[in-house]
Amino acid sequence: MFDIATIAVIFAIMITLYRVIKGPMIYDRVLAANAIGTMAVVLLVLIGFEYSRPHFLDLAVVYTLINFIATIAFLKYREKGRLD
Amino acid sequence: MDIRTIITAVFLGMGCFFIIVTSIGIVRFPDFYSRLHPAGKTDTVGQALVLIGLMIYEGFSMISIKLLIIVIFIFIASPTATHAVAQAAYLREVRPWKKKEKK
Repeated sequence: MFDIATIAVIFAIMITLYRVIKGPMIYDRVLAANAIGTMAVVLLVLIGFEYSRPHFLDLAVVYTLINFIATIAFLKYREKGRLD
Repeated sequence: MDIRTIITAVFLGMGCFFIIVTSIGIVRFPDFYSRLHPAGKTDTVGQALVLIGLMIYEGFSMISIKLLIIVIFIFIASPTATHAVAQAAYLREVRPWKKKEKK
């Protein structure tokens, strides 16, 4: 059951990666990368349940925070040219 | 097969459906502002269905509390990030897509 869901999420990530590579503007790439980050959190949790290792949940929490901070920081750098 | 496994399978199936719909929508939609719409599907209902299904499978423990924390944080933070992307694109005057006139 978990392995089928894992394969489905990996498939969705591979489809979304097309927009990251080919996106016409930089905002398309940021949006697709943000979506891939959310899918990667789901993928981490599913892998943790598949191999019955609950430590992957901590990695998923940290990855959630990093994903949000990375998107906001990249947009701020793009808008103002600096991060301070 | 008990009833809890069946409920978990239904939740996982619906969540994976929404995640795959997100990926297809991001690739297929014509411009940036319309791509914001499928990107919000994984951020809210897709991940929430998958992780709530896993919470039902696990029962009440520390693992399900961590899953609930992940669900609540993504539910608040990821639409905020999507809004920030849209606002940045709007301030840079990205023009919306229009249907071509038929001649």
